[in-house]
Amino acid sequence: MAHYDFDMPVTESQTRRLRVGDTVTLNGTLYGIRDATQIHMFDRGWTTRFDLNGHAVIHTAPNVRKVARSPRHPAGYAPVCIGTTTSARMERFSRPRMAQYGVRLIIGKGGLGADSARAFAERGGIYLAIIGGTAALETTWIEAIEDVDLDDLNPESLWKFRVKGFGPLLVAMDSRGASLYDRVRTTARPAAPGHSPPWA
Amino acid sequence: MGYAAMSDQDEAAKLHVDPGAVEEAAKFLYIRALKVLPDDIQAGFRRLDATESDATAKTILATMIENIAVAERTDNLLCQDTVIPIYNVLIGRHVEIDGVALKEAIRRGVERATREHPLRSSVVHPITRVNEHTSCGPGVPVINIDFMETPRELRIEMIPKGSGAENGSFLKMCIPAVGVDGVKTFVIDRVMEAGGKVCPPTIVGVGVGGTSDLCMHLAKVAATRPLGSVCPDPEGAKLERMLTEAVNALGIGPQGLGGDSTAFAVHVELAATHITMNPVAVNIQCHSARRATATFTPRGVKIGF
Repeated sequence: MAHYDFDMPVTESQTRRLRVGDTVTLNGTLYGIRDATQIHMFDRGWTTRFDLNGHAVIHTAPNVRKVARSPRHPAGYAPVCIGTTTSARMERFSRPRMAQYGVRLIIGKGGLGADSARAFAERGGIYLAIIGGTAALETTWIEAIEDVDLDDLNPESLWKFRVKGFGPLLVAMDSRGASLYDRVRTTARPAAPGHSPPWA
Repeated sequence: MGYAAMSDQDEAAKLHVDPGAVEEAAKFLYIRALKVLPDDIQAGFRRLDATESDATAKTILATMIENIAVAERTDNLLCQDTVIPIYNVLIGRHVEIDGVALKEAIRRGVERATREHPLRSSVVHPITRVNEHTSCGPGVPVINIDFMETPRELRIEMIPKGSGAENGSFLKMCIPAVGVDGVKTFVIDRVMEAGGKVCPPTIVGVGVGGTSDLCMHLAKVAATRPLGSVCPDPEGAKLERMLTEAVNALGIGPQGLGGDSTAFAVHVELAATHITMNPVAVNIQCHSARRATATFTPRGVKIGF
């Protein structure tokens, strides 16, 4: 179990080293993406001016406050509360995100499925678990909202955050096909003392 | 004695609730509920942390506990999910309020909380997916109105229900031949299927009996009941003890990453059902099991959980 500090973006050789159980802290750029963002990007042909190559995306739609543009708030938005959402709904977008945009790290809660695991193996991708429902804490790791694209979809815009000490995040799926969620699924014991049938 | 025969003295003893005060309360409760976790849930965290045996799970619980303190210190929302707002209104005897005005006031309170705090509006039209940026839309906020014996008292409970956990909602119209075993199997299977998606440790709400809609509603009532409360029906209470033990033997753990702390508790609510029916519903509440309540009495408005 090793810990890594990443200045984003990262190379494939950096992510290939990661194993489930390792932890990672991110610095620099982090992109926020969600259901509607990806439905529009991958089903409806919308494109982004952002270069996601080698970057991390977090499944999020933040609480923000509209403010005047300034060096501190270059996008005209101040962070209010930023956390994560359940990843499983966005399973079918893992592969195109990596293939078309070169995304290397996906951050969320609850894990992703078998096709994402295969895509991670092929392209050196990683799923990092952040803790759902702890957004007050995670907001303190975000320095600014640097930019925003596809803002017609607000709050499900494509957000560009500047982060410092964003983590530790747990490597929950690695590029060798290992998944902590699969381990838990296969070892879940549907049994209770004194009640064997009908679920033993 | 008919209503018309009520004496002037009784009339004077009524509690009149002003819709303006309801609007303020609805706004205040929405924001407070998103920021301050009830005492019983905080105690639930301490209990799970004391008994958890898995190292990763202990780290996750510690982070969740830290987040409660950070939210308080920074006056911030516990979770980014600003939810579908639910208001449960309980009206006691000798309370006078215009029901239509009450519902409008709650809606205005939700809109104002969303704009004035500001909060992310998480509510969209189900077909167009258009967001009004008010946390409102057709049928939302959800407002449930019921009555109670307590005289001159009106209670408004605000329940933020996050989507990750709300997506862990299931109904099955079991047949009588599978009995209570069918109910147990359904609950355990759905908790396993939900895994980490519903943000464990959770409160698993189980509805048993009734009609399909009542059964689902009972599951929601169960999922949002304070920890430590017990099903008033002895058979329901027995089922919740058994299911709490069974769910926490699964090893799903906090965030679905393994451990003992899968659920704070399983809560059961039940209603009578038809001779041909055996309905069971599951509705899950995430670890950010938020609530806030305003109680209107002749002495003023009291805020609590």
